[in-house]
Amino acid sequence: MTTRITRRELVQRGAAGVTLLSLPGLLAACGGGGGGGGGGGEVADVLRFSNWPLYIDYDEKTKTHPTLDAFKKETGIEVQYFEDINDNATYFAKVQGPLSQGRGVDRDIFVFTDSSRYPQLLVDKKWVEPLDKDKIPNISNLIDAQASPPFDPDRTYSLPWQSGMTGIAWNEDVTGPVTSIQQLLDDPKLKGKVTMLTEMADSIGLVMLDSGDDPSVVTDETFHKAIARVQKGVDDGQIRQFTGNDYAQPLTRGDLAAAVAWSGDVVQLLASNPKLKWGIPEKGAMIWTDNMFVPLEGSSATASTYMNFVYDPKIQAQIAAYVNYVPPVKGTREELAKTDPETAKNTLIFPSDEMLSEVHSFSGEALNNETYITAWQKVLGA
Amino acid sequence: MTFLHRHKGLTPYLLLLPGIAWLGVFFLVPLGFLGYQSLESGSFESGYSFTWEFSNYWDAISTYNEQLIRSFLYAGIATVVALLISYPLVYWIAFRGGRWKNLFLILIVAPLFVTYLVRTLAWLNILADEGPVVNALKTIGILGSDGRLLATGFAVVAGITYNFLPFMALPLYVSLEQIDTRLLEAAEDLYASRRQAFLRVTLPLSAPGIVAGTLLTFIPAAGDFINAQLLGTPRQSMVGNVIQSKFLLLIDYPAAASLSFILMALILAALLVYARAVGTERLTG
Repeated sequence: MTTRITRRELVQRGAAGVTLLSLPGLLAACGGGGGGGGGGGEVADVLRFSNWPLYIDYDEKTKTHPTLDAFKKETGIEVQYFEDINDNATYFAKVQGPLSQGRGVDRDIFVFTDSSRYPQLLVDKKWVEPLDKDKIPNISNLIDAQASPPFDPDRTYSLPWQSGMTGIAWNEDVTGPVTSIQQLLDDPKLKGKVTMLTEMADSIGLVMLDSGDDPSVVTDETFHKAIARVQKGVDDGQIRQFTGNDYAQPLTRGDLAAAVAWSGDVVQLLASNPKLKWGIPEKGAMIWTDNMFVPLEGSSATASTYMNFVYDPKIQAQIAAYVNYVPPVKGTREELAKTDPETAKNTLIFPSDEMLSEVHSFSGEALNNETYITAWQKVLGA
Repeated sequence: MTFLHRHKGLTPYLLLLPGIAWLGVFFLVPLGFLGYQSLESGSFESGYSFTWEFSNYWDAISTYNEQLIRSFLYAGIATVVALLISYPLVYWIAFRGGRWKNLFLILIVAPLFVTYLVRTLAWLNILADEGPVVNALKTIGILGSDGRLLATGFAVVAGITYNFLPFMALPLYVSLEQIDTRLLEAAEDLYASRRQAFLRVTLPLSAPGIVAGTLLTFIPAAGDFINAQLLGTPRQSMVGNVIQSKFLLLIDYPAAASLSFILMALILAALLVYARAVGTERLTG
């Protein structure tokens, strides 16, 4: 926070022609206002943004986030960027205290995954501010598949950050291809050398697909069938652990042969570890989307200004080229093809129609079912 | 001043006041609140309300007795191993360390300069499947060719032992260091063998250190969850893991609070049995 700029400087810069280049810049300059937390309609001069680690473009040399700098240049809004979300549940536990008392959490944007129960909870409990859609003309670039999620049918409160797929990653030094969940759970050669994810939707979803059940319509029977299969894997010692992102290290080191893993992570790891592979399991993969929300007392106008900025395909292409997840913005591939044609061909970032026909999402109702949550937590050993 | 002069007897109590106030505000009040929470019913979605829900306790015991037993087992083993490792170590430092005593003590405490989490993560590398320890054990045939140490009970107990070793070693050192060596000479003069001198002089005199060390190790170890989480599997999960997940992940405060109370009660009970066995005067030195 060394370079927090005042409204006056902002106007001066506007006069100098920097912010005049864009509408959001003008809005920011006109809005002025106190340092974040304004709520309501005014654009603040600081945006406080909580996101997951390694989830935005980063320049190793300059140690900066180029798109955040570009945003500041265009709008004059300084971004305080926090990489403090490691998993949905833990982050939610951290913010739910103040939010439940109607207080803000000193953030203007935070991110939750739709394969967790939290997007629905946030909307139901009215712990999030509505977006200021007048400031997001680029919302027209939102891909159709993301226009109407069950937890927020009109996208009143949320916009996707990135999507990703959950499949199986394996280390070629340790094992041949691991192509199905059945192989992961039953192959004696993999005993004690596989992990699954702690997120219920990811792990149980894949097991359901493997059993031929539909994870978007969960019944008690199909759920408990899947739980029993995972529990057996734990009891037999087949499954070594349940993890978040932290499967990466043991998998590259070879302590793990295979892991239920997120697509983008593996693309990022591939750069330094060509022996890693990621694939959609035979019976299908899971897909999920991280969504940006404006928490209570966050500045919706400031957050919306930023969301508009990242929904510009040019900016989105820069982010996608770094994070390697699936961007939710139309035209990103075309933009990326101009600068980085190799990445634009990567099907883990721009899945083919054939791949998209093999991915499924998890039932929102099941995510919020207390009995299911407790049963899953018991499998995790706690 | 004049007030204190007139009421000299009050001075100790006035000196105690800050400590008592601290304990009251930061221990007793939260403890009371925790007790209140442990008797609530409801769910995170619908909200919790106070209903004298004693069944929370029975539910917690019947559902998580496995993790409770495991916690005490792991903490017990780790405490005994830590004692067996640190006793000869600090004995040597206290009686043979000479002018290097302080250096050796600093070496024992040095790991504490690194954060707990990082120390535990280091064990992931030490015990890695392709690491030196596992390979050495495989070579001499102790571990089978597909054997491993990570993600086993062994790794969890090893991690706990390592992390709490300084808390065992330091009180032990203090009590050994204070032993008047003339007593040992006297024992020799009275024709005690070295073994007898150790068993009848050194060991009893170091008992307060043993007691303090075991308490400082066992109590936090029983509630630990980091080691089980990082070095174990779901089959090694301890009661600390359950409490953490209930509090933070499931936001099930009544279950978490009642489990915390059960853990506290069990530790207190264990402490009482221990005090009976070794005699209370040794607890206070």
